[in-house]
Amino acid sequence: MAKSKDKDNKKADLPRERKLSNIPAHISNQPADETTVSLLRELVSHLRQKRSELREEWAKRIMGAELLTAMTREEILAEATSVYDNYVEALETGTYEALQAYARNLSERIIPRGVETHEVIGIVLLLRDTLARSLFSKYRDDFNKLNRILDAYEPAANRIANTVAVGFVQERERVIRDQQEAIRELSTPVLQVRERLLILPMIGIIDPQRARQLTEQLLQAIRKNRAKVVVIDITGVAAMDSKVANHLVQTVEAARLLGASVIVTGLSSEIAQTLVTIGVDLTKIITVGDLQGGIEEAERKLGYKVQIVDVSTKPSA
Amino acid sequence: MLVPILKHGDYLIASVQSSLTDEQLMKLLDSLVVKVANVRAKGVIVDVTILDIMDSFATRILRDMAHMIKLRGAPTVVVGIQPDVALAMVQLGLSLGDINTALDLEEGISLLNEYNGS
Amino acid sequence: MPNSLGDYIERNSSEKTFKVSSDKDVVKIREYARDVADDIGFSNNDRTLIATAVSEICRNIIEYAKYGKISIEYLNKNSKRGILITAKDSGPGISDINMALKDGYSSGRGMGVGLPGTKRIMDDFIIESKPDNGTKITMCKWVTT
Repeated sequence: MAKSKDKDNKKADLPRERKLSNIPAHISNQPADETTVSLLRELVSHLRQKRSELREEWAKRIMGAELLTAMTREEILAEATSVYDNYVEALETGTYEALQAYARNLSERIIPRGVETHEVIGIVLLLRDTLARSLFSKYRDDFNKLNRILDAYEPAANRIANTVAVGFVQERERVIRDQQEAIRELSTPVLQVRERLLILPMIGIIDPQRARQLTEQLLQAIRKNRAKVVVIDITGVAAMDSKVANHLVQTVEAARLLGASVIVTGLSSEIAQTLVTIGVDLTKIITVGDLQGGIEEAERKLGYKVQIVDVSTKPSA
Repeated sequence: MLVPILKHGDYLIASVQSSLTDEQLMKLLDSLVVKVANVRAKGVIVDVTILDIMDSFATRILRDMAHMIKLRGAPTVVVGIQPDVALAMVQLGLSLGDINTALDLEEGISLLNEYNGS
Repeated sequence: MPNSLGDYIERNSSEKTFKVSSDKDVVKIREYARDVADDIGFSNNDRTLIATAVSEICRNIIEYAKYGKISIEYLNKNSKRGILITAKDSGPGISDINMALKDGYSSGRGMGVGLPGTKRIMDDFIIESKPDNGTKITMCKWVTT
């Protein structure tokens, strides 16, 4: 692309706050009355007091449950510290944006290490339980107080677990998408057979997404190879729904904007029918019966002379 | 100047250097039309490689430009449309009409040469 | 609310609103839209598409209502991500919405291009408009994996 942007600088202009909106109302809309707020405050100060002890215990339980096996003990402790602090902070502030940002950040770091979804959910739940147990032992003599503290704690803790898990999953999905994109690009089916001539064989069942991708790959290939003619062969395509047919037409038009003309070959009568049905003016698309014919037509357009050499009468050297 | 207009033999080449405001686009149209007449250009190339968006305003101006330049007897070729941009234009139904398009400057010149019978 | 949004969407604190009255606004807004689309994870082509669609909507506002507002928001639903764009103006309104959305329809200049094309590329697209009562367009697009 002609204009390159520094991605990180641009990110500074974007809103920092993004709330998750897929959390059921009964969790997210806990009435934050006076008691809940003060209970949470009490809870938070307890958790801060017991920070190192609870963190140790949690780390121990993580290793006991054989989670985060991809990480060393030191790494687990280090991450445990920041997760713990973010967790308590979320409890304290009642807002989850910072936690969400942290979760994405954490995910970005640990996904390449091979950490899986069940591990992330597992450790967050373990933390929730570790802290809950610590509350049990602190308030075991005051049953009522314990109940009220748990009433304040539980919804917040659940929301935290949800936030971290979803953050992780979203990051993971983004990684998978990037990887799939990379794979598809590597396996580009666009062939350069002559200078300035590209062939795109479309085979099998093409869904709209694959069609879109083929279009993008083709356009990039046109630019890279400076192609003037493209032959799109759809002999191998059994049927095409109108969405995909539309993509085909758009491909032809976009290629033209890049200065390349397109020849479609192998157009079956069914597909021709589909195209007509969606309102395509077939006279505007150059079509040739088969691939071979299409290539010859392309070569003619490019100014290659097609010579027929009769091998049998060639004199032996 | 935002859009340098160079003379290349009998042709004029306008290379857009950065995103243009509406006013600047219209100024370009005016300058080009005037220059075509002044130098009796036999063809015009507008290089839009740098543009990462082409909306209806830009396409309309380009169409008007080509039309006016045609009235002076010269064809216009738009070159350098980015693949993303081309696809977006097509998907949104933005059309350059009858304007010729080519991949890049080299192709544009060769297209103009064909037109002029060389 | 557009159909694909469902019940669980919160209007959230990521919304950013811009005024639209000049072509400089158009450029600023569409670049912001492109950055947001990038951040959300849309493909290269979709980013350009969204930015161009936003540009078209902005131009429609300027052309017909002289002044309006555009807001751009992040969408999140069950770990699907998307972008929500809302355009409002207090202009003359559209008397026949169906006609305006027909491909090739043009009441003057510009209208025929901006709306039908934009509707085609968005996942959801809702116009609310009454003559002399302004127009509100709500549209969203989701990232496909």
